[in-house]
Amino acid sequence: MSEPVGTSARDEIISRVRNALPRPPVPLPGIELSGGQKSVKGGLGYHHNLTDLEEVQGFPEPGEPLAPYFQKQLAAMGGQSFLVSGYGEARAKIAELFPEAKVVCSVVPEIPGTRQVTPGQRSQDMHDVDVAVLRSRLGVAEAGAIWLSDADLVVPSLGVLAQHLVVLLSPDAIVPTLHEAYDGRFHLPAHAYSLFMAGPSATGDIEGVIIHGAQGARSLTVLLVSS
Amino acid sequence: MKIGLFIPCYIDAFFPQVGIATLELLQRLGHQVECPRGQTCCGQPMANSGDQHASSETEAHFAACFRDYETIVGPSGSCVHHIRYHLDACEQTPEVVRVRKAVRELIEFLHDDLQNPPLPPVEFPHKVGLHNSCAAVRGLRQEQPSEIAAAPRYSKSQDLLKQVKGLQIVPMDRPDECCGFGGSFSVTDEAVSSKMGLDRSSDFLRHGAEYIASGDMSCLIHLRGIIERQKMPLKVVHIAQILNGGPFA
Amino acid sequence: MSLWQSEASRPVEPEAAAARFINDPKHEETHDRLVWGMRTKRDQAASLLPHWEELREVASQVKEHTLTHLDQYLQQFENNALANGVKVHWARDAAEHNNTVLRIFEEHGVKLVIKSKSMLQEECGMTEFLIAHGITVRESDLGERIQQLSKERPSHIVVPSIHKLRTDIAELFAEHLHTDPHNSDPHYLAEAMRNDARPQFLAADAAMTGANFAVAETGGIVVCTNEGNADIGATVPSLLVSSIGIEKLIPRASDLGLFLRLLSRSALGPPMTQYTTHLHRPRPGTELHFVLVDNKRSERLASPDFWHVLKCIRCGACMNTCPVYRRSGGLAYGATYSGPIGIILDPGFDHRKYRELPFHSSLCGSCTEVCPVKIDISNQIYKWRRVIASEGLLPAIKGAGLPVLGDVLAHPAVFHAAEAIGIASIAHLPHKVLDNPLNPWTRHREMPGAPSQTFHAWYEKEGKKHE
Repeated sequence: MSEPVGTSARDEIISRVRNALPRPPVPLPGIELSGGQKSVKGGLGYHHNLTDLEEVQGFPEPGEPLAPYFQKQLAAMGGQSFLVSGYGEARAKIAELFPEAKVVCSVVPEIPGTRQVTPGQRSQDMHDVDVAVLRSRLGVAEAGAIWLSDADLVVPSLGVLAQHLVVLLSPDAIVPTLHEAYDGRFHLPAHAYSLFMAGPSATGDIEGVIIHGAQGARSLTVLLVSS
Repeated sequence: MKIGLFIPCYIDAFFPQVGIATLELLQRLGHQVECPRGQTCCGQPMANSGDQHASSETEAHFAACFRDYETIVGPSGSCVHHIRYHLDACEQTPEVVRVRKAVRELIEFLHDDLQNPPLPPVEFPHKVGLHNSCAAVRGLRQEQPSEIAAAPRYSKSQDLLKQVKGLQIVPMDRPDECCGFGGSFSVTDEAVSSKMGLDRSSDFLRHGAEYIASGDMSCLIHLRGIIERQKMPLKVVHIAQILNGGPFA
Repeated sequence: MSLWQSEASRPVEPEAAAARFINDPKHEETHDRLVWGMRTKRDQAASLLPHWEELREVASQVKEHTLTHLDQYLQQFENNALANGVKVHWARDAAEHNNTVLRIFEEHGVKLVIKSKSMLQEECGMTEFLIAHGITVRESDLGERIQQLSKERPSHIVVPSIHKLRTDIAELFAEHLHTDPHNSDPHYLAEAMRNDARPQFLAADAAMTGANFAVAETGGIVVCTNEGNADIGATVPSLLVSSIGIEKLIPRASDLGLFLRLLSRSALGPPMTQYTTHLHRPRPGTELHFVLVDNKRSERLASPDFWHVLKCIRCGACMNTCPVYRRSGGLAYGATYSGPIGIILDPGFDHRKYRELPFHSSLCGSCTEVCPVKIDISNQIYKWRRVIASEGLLPAIKGAGLPVLGDVLAHPAVFHAAEAIGIASIAHLPHKVLDNPLNPWTRHREMPGAPSQTFHAWYEKEGKKHE
């Protein structure tokens, strides 16, 4: 446990803030959306100037599988996904997608790579990884996003230095929206570093043209493993 | 109903026909309309520059002119918005507070207070670009702003114009982008103001408009200035003139 | 006053800068089109969530709750961060922030820093300060790096170089990255930057980030990027320093669902940023430092008119929708923050230097409607005008005529006399007298025509008959 540094600045700021608090105080609202439902049904908007909006499939009803919507959203974010029935098919898919990969680091025991990843390695050691194979325990349908913690990555820099990422995810581990995702499914303080990834690295900084593989992963492939 | 007619300063000076159209329309709908003699201005030009000191006397004068009326109607979204939300440079006597609450903008008066009454038959067989001012849309909520993602879509001016025979409203690329007038902004930030006006006029022209109609003559002074300089085949008209069938010149 | 000091405090002139931007149609029209495109994508994204307007309302209330209890949440945040092994520093102003960061870097012998986007660090002038003390600071975000190489500030808080054409960037990269000056393909340029940046990422002694959100319940921060550049900083070097404005606090992890659903949709349209990064404790063998910064935030909190500006989650939606921003370019504002949020933030740092900014607006109100946390931006712009006017800071072009105008408009007889003169001038003066350089109206517009009579003259003759 660290000691706080610069106590006098701290005390002064907290004191300034305390004296500045706007009145009356505002209570904390709940995040129940109307109708008591936290998940949100999608559908075409009514907005009258959206003449070039493609037809959007409705968000799944409660009880319907979320994987198809997850896949659609991930594709819109620049990622790709495949349904595989087991680890054998997953291995074959990876070989098919990355036939020329030299350095493959897999943290998934059932998917062998070409080089081991161990917690003691230096972060910079991941610099030449072509493909990283990871496993996520949580997906979010509304954004096609997957959750990874430092434990999932083993060496956290693996997720951002590898040229390509392959992430295994069970279709049953997908929740509808970010409200469900942040509703007690993981304990944030337990992880030095954790993230949601929704597609590969991207930028639109040059004239708004979307480019994938800006600084981090050039591609993100999610294998939905049902077994 | 006895109505105090509020004639914005620039309509008094440059567009009397809009004042005449408003007066006649309200009379034809069966109301007694009086126009207080001493009225000048609502104070917005000074207030929009932040100078409360310069606007307070004008604002007090406005309230005094209209103190005897329970209903005050004016053909200008921007002026009515100022009166309702910002006329506070002068002392807020009970009289001032009452006048501020009593002021109605023409479109909202016709649509809400008179509940979109049947108008004397009128035609305007032209393609019309409907330009609702920012004050009318986002200030007075006369139309659902395009930024808002909630049902229902509504437009009070469109509802009123449905009664006008032959009138076709053209679509827009940017439904309610500001025209760029902004009061003294039109002069102090001239380059941006003129570019905004040019873009707005071009949007109307691109969609085949012959006329640009608005409930705010202030926007139209600016757009007409650009249209005439650019020699665009467009004319401007106030909604009161359309609904009343004139006068146009 | 030294030349540097007078330059630094000379009032910025956004109108003149905007006029120059508009005078270059290719840049202005591309900028306006691209940035309006971002507004359109926001509209599409918002329309797909039937509860969008409710989400805005709830987000606004959560922020207002946090700000009205900020002292408690700051203490909760610090306690939890310390318990997680994070070193927590507090800085009262920009100078203290910069000195704190410098001290941390000097203690660790840091020579090369990679940093991800932080408007707070921009605000503090941190990069120039560190460079002046011999530390190399490299922006890791593509747009920020482009701006760094151009020696310009970011022009937009989400897409910092959106005012540049690809040909501008090709020229810039040819000079600094030795790419082909005639190849302006964005993919080629981005790949060149990727390859240029990577060796420095691997060699960096330290990294810095900002914070989109600081979660009191967990003691950690959340950083949202599309490139994953904050993640490189957070996972490669062994020292990470994050600058956090005290207004970034939110109460609970569950509140993240709410804000993240609004942030990216409001900014660019997609449901999330590509990377949403959570930083809670130092990785084994590394150090994590948080610097909590006031820099006038507590002063703003004390202002009944202006404290709502602290709700801002830095999405940029207000810039995207602002018709003035899109035609000016962000650099025209001459300040850390541009667009509508800028013209209500910047004057708070220096009333005189930024006195013109609240007038660089037509008060259309679109910003208020798109703000995901319902800041009454347009209303605050209006109120800042009153502050500037009441302090006697109105520049002559705006200020001098107003008391005169006020006198004219307050008195019917004077008003009608002025009308008569004005109308007669328009009717009788030669066109080229009216259309002169001192009359800005006529640069791009014809004067209004002169009517045959005023309304009140008509009313005196005809209107009275109908009373």
